[in-house]
Amino acid sequence: MKLSDLNAPAFSEPWQAQLFALTVALNEAGHLPWTDWSQAFGARRVGGVEDASDYWLHWARTLADEVSRRDIAGAEEIAALALAWQRAAHATPHGQAVTLENDPMA
Amino acid sequence: MPHDHDHDHHDNDLDEMTALTRALETVLVEKGLVDPAAVDAIIETYSNDVGPRNGASVVARAWTDPVFADFLATDATAAIASMGFTGRQGEHMRALFNGAGVHNLVVCTLCSCYPWTVLGLPPVWYKSPPYRSRSVRDPRSVLAEFGTILPEDTEIRVWDSTAELRYLVIPERPAGTEGWDAERLAALVSRDAMIGTALADAP
Repeated sequence: MKLSDLNAPAFSEPWQAQLFALTVALNEAGHLPWTDWSQAFGARRVGGVEDASDYWLHWARTLADEVSRRDIAGAEEIAALALAWQRAAHATPHGQAVTLENDPMA
Repeated sequence: MPHDHDHDHHDNDLDEMTALTRALETVLVEKGLVDPAAVDAIIETYSNDVGPRNGASVVARAWTDPVFADFLATDATAAIASMGFTGRQGEHMRALFNGAGVHNLVVCTLCSCYPWTVLGLPPVWYKSPPYRSRSVRDPRSVLAEFGTILPEDTEIRVWDSTAELRYLVIPERPAGTEGWDAERLAALVSRDAMIGTALADAP
């Protein structure tokens, strides 16, 4: 594998752009110092795969950790909300926007 | 996309990562820590406005305006901000001028710190573990993979970016561009030339 061949777009799926923007917005609102972010993300990236395809997965896990570590929301709460979003998606007729209110267990 | 099968009411699947991202956004918005409009604006900015053309305009101006080049050399953060490109994370910028016998190469060994305001988001290879380790250990072989072969006696300086300090390489102005204006010159400045894996394009 040549390094110069690793030239995919910055975001290959919409959630990656959303996640990036969410993190930058949290930083700009003064709730996540960028030095803290880099340290945590750097630690998470140790041992990453060669083609960096785990980059955004690591980014997501780092943000979830930081949200928990700052007592914004616990890991269980985040996991439960993710499941709620998946249930809401299933319950939303095709063609309509998925909202959390559509979760049948809400 | 039309669907004509019988299970239309159950075909909205959110994959795990999309669901996790939505969950994080829900938490941060509900607690009032993040404004959804700000999130949308950031996506918009990085999709449309920010990219290596910003950096190329800085380089081309440095090539054509000696006063600006001095400003860039002494206070890159302020010089770049004077062109309207300001760092979002309060990071400082430093410009690294390539010259006779000296070539600069930028890496972030920790993760992927990168001068977003002038280059946009980093390419995948910049984020990859082999680039992050090999640039420091064996920069010449990394450059060779990008087709950049430097004279044996050229010193390669490798700079490790941090959250607080990011670098922009100012490549050497190519020969044969005498009399060109900044706009024309900027087209010769690729993203890779400003990271240091390439030289400025020949005219």
